Amino acid sequence: MKPKDPRLLVQPSPLLKQRMTTGQAMRDVLIALLPATLAGIWFFGLGALLVLFACVLGAVLTEWTFAPTEERRERMLDGSGLLTGLLLGLSLPPGLPLWMAFLGGAAGIGLGKLIWGGLGHNLFNPALVGRAFLLAAFPVAMTTWSPQSGPEEFFQVQASNLALPFMQASYDAISSATPLGLMKFEYQSTPLWDLMIGKTTGCIGETSSLLLVLGGVYLLLRRDLDWRIPAGILGSVAGFSTLLFLIDPQQYPGPLFSAFSGGLLLGAIYMATDPVTSPITPKGAWIFGVGVGLLVVLIRVFGGFPEGVMYAILLMNAATPLIDRYTQPRVFGKGIKTE
Amino acid sequence: MKALSSLFKRGFSHGIHPEELKDRTQGLHTQRMPFVERYVLPVRQHRGAPSKPTVEVGQRVGRGEIIAEPGAFVSTALHAPVTGWVRAIGRRRFPGGRYEQAIEIEADPYATQRLTVERPLDWRGLSLEDFVPIIHRSGIVGLGGAALPAHVKYSLREGVKIKYLIANGAECEPYLTNDHRVMVERADALLRGLEILHTLLGAEESIIGVELNKPDAIEVLRERTAGDPRLRVAPLRVKYPQGDSKMMIKSILGIEVPAGLHAADLGIIMNNVSTIAAIADYFDTGMPYIDRMVTVSGPGIPYPANLIVPLGTPVREVLRFCGGLGEDTREVIMGGPMMGTPIASLDAPVIKTSSGVLAFTESETARPREYPCIRCGRCVEACPYFLNPSRLARLAKARMYEEMKRAQVMECVECGSCTYSCPSGIPIVQLIRTAKNDLWAKKSKSK
Repeated sequence: MKPKDPRLLVQPSPLLKQRMTTGQAMRDVLIALLPATLAGIWFFGLGALLVLFACVLGAVLTEWTFAPTEERRERMLDGSGLLTGLLLGLSLPPGLPLWMAFLGGAAGIGLGKLIWGGLGHNLFNPALVGRAFLLAAFPVAMTTWSPQSGPEEFFQVQASNLALPFMQASYDAISSATPLGLMKFEYQSTPLWDLMIGKTTGCIGETSSLLLVLGGVYLLLRRDLDWRIPAGILGSVAGFSTLLFLIDPQQYPGPLFSAFSGGLLLGAIYMATDPVTSPITPKGAWIFGVGVGLLVVLIRVFGGFPEGVMYAILLMNAATPLIDRYTQPRVFGKGIKTE
Repeated sequence: MKALSSLFKRGFSHGIHPEELKDRTQGLHTQRMPFVERYVLPVRQHRGAPSKPTVEVGQRVGRGEIIAEPGAFVSTALHAPVTGWVRAIGRRRFPGGRYEQAIEIEADPYATQRLTVERPLDWRGLSLEDFVPIIHRSGIVGLGGAALPAHVKYSLREGVKIKYLIANGAECEPYLTNDHRVMVERADALLRGLEILHTLLGAEESIIGVELNKPDAIEVLRERTAGDPRLRVAPLRVKYPQGDSKMMIKSILGIEVPAGLHAADLGIIMNNVSTIAAIADYFDTGMPYIDRMVTVSGPGIPYPANLIVPLGTPVREVLRFCGGLGEDTREVIMGGPMMGTPIASLDAPVIKTSSGVLAFTESETARPREYPCIRCGRCVEACPYFLNPSRLARLAKARMYEEMKRAQVMECVECGSCTYSCPSGIPIVQLIRTAKNDLWAKKSKSK
């Protein structure tokens, strides 16, 4: 008797596939951010954890609410909502009222991603859209920086965190200035080592430069990162600030201070590299990176804000389709002279 | 050492590094597949016009005898792989699942299966003009996958002078090891074939390109070619698609063949190593192209092998010879895993392009759900032709085929590197293929 043939699949080639998936890429970024996240929570106490949680909740809940029922599970699993929430949270002041953080997460996903058509279709980085929204809506809360808390105060949540929705926050601690604020308004530098390990005030995730770089190295090893973008940003920030520093060392910060202060590393490694909103071509990635770096220096030095990473990236996000259009690689065999 | 250092300077850019998966068969000496009862020979196993049957139902044919003659210039002949009787001429299942006209032969179980052929003339007395029609009737096609009848390449345009003859032994498809075995076991035939082509084409230099993952082949060929100034072996980086002719020319000669031109226009002829060995066989013994080397491998195969299989042997018989199919088999592929075709039925026959018969299980065939493109750029960095597959896929989904044409979609060789590398599981090359087919159809309609 003839044994029955197996039911054969007929798929079009190629019939091999590498194992990397989009969800995995998102999870890699989450893993890379973990050390800096934990450090931020350690430095700023339980309140910082609550801010992060509120952001993620706002982002994920919005994603869930507006997803078609049959796609909900998948959309939650791809991890992009979670990542947006976390990135936004890391770029917020630790003392921010939780309801604002929640709103920021919702705005980031809603205005930054969903209205464009969801994952892969947005023009601007959703986390930065959320942050821009918050900065426009709550300028005071977004620029009030609480000092780091000691280990013994870890469980003390600041009163400002717990402000009721639509109420102004009351700040219990004396707010202090970020290194960039000190630089801009008081011409005061911060020791480099403090910047590296994160012994400064600032946003939850932007303080510890070393841990941010560590995560970047992990992403690089996992090939999840277009290295040209952070290289372009950091290189151009260093370059342009060296130029200014040489002109007037009294007034302008040096390249190292510029590179390690504020949200530059968080922005350069984790936000500007968002593949959806950055150029896809290698040459475009360089242009994008250098553009972001130039804008960062311009805004920091000549603008009204002490920090310019957010607007620099958002502006270059807007330029991305144009950059892509003019940096398409030369197709193999095209444009060669034939005798 | 000089060759090694030039290796890393040149080479083609982009491409992918899939797992090689050749270790189950690369060391196995070839075996001959026994004759079976019935053979099915589709009349079009090559690019171009189908061959025209010259036999009738009931007629007795000898192994090696011509059963269909070339239907046009771009076409080739078909020969009986066994001594037996023509039992049917009609539509039979083709590997891809389509039905095509085919000649069915029942083997004579008592026949000796000795070749019934006439030896062609001695090649030494031939000119290239005499050589072309001889190859036209040999049934030999490009065995690297293109299946272009071999003589077409040798009918040079007026004024073209051949400088380089390249034997393509890259075998960059995972799993496949048949070219590898030809180079190791049949180095003599390969070199004889190279000599024939080298002399008739009037080439200045012949180069055998081999990927570095076949060190034994490189060694054997280096030994045999030592001291011959006309010949050299070029080791190549292990990278897909190293075997693509334009990529290989870039790797070996550093020349970028302009789009729209063929290698021959630049004085370069490239042939697969198995094609060249088949030409030597034809002149040595008169054996036309009736036996093909097939790598039978993959997780669903109990006893993998490199087999010499008479054309027309049903895949079912090949699998039976290799221990049957594992129960968890989900997919049987003819050819390599990157550019081959899964077969719809085990009754499909081995044809001239069947370099492999691979059986895949759930873990190879499962495809993750498709996600939206996040523009990660992995496909852009994979495409050896420097296209933007991400954009092409987006345009294809919107059916903007004319826009794709402007984005040079016709330069795509469908190597599949983009689909392989896409983390979002987007069937990029499949979308591109659809668009290309549509554009071809439109073009031929407007003619």
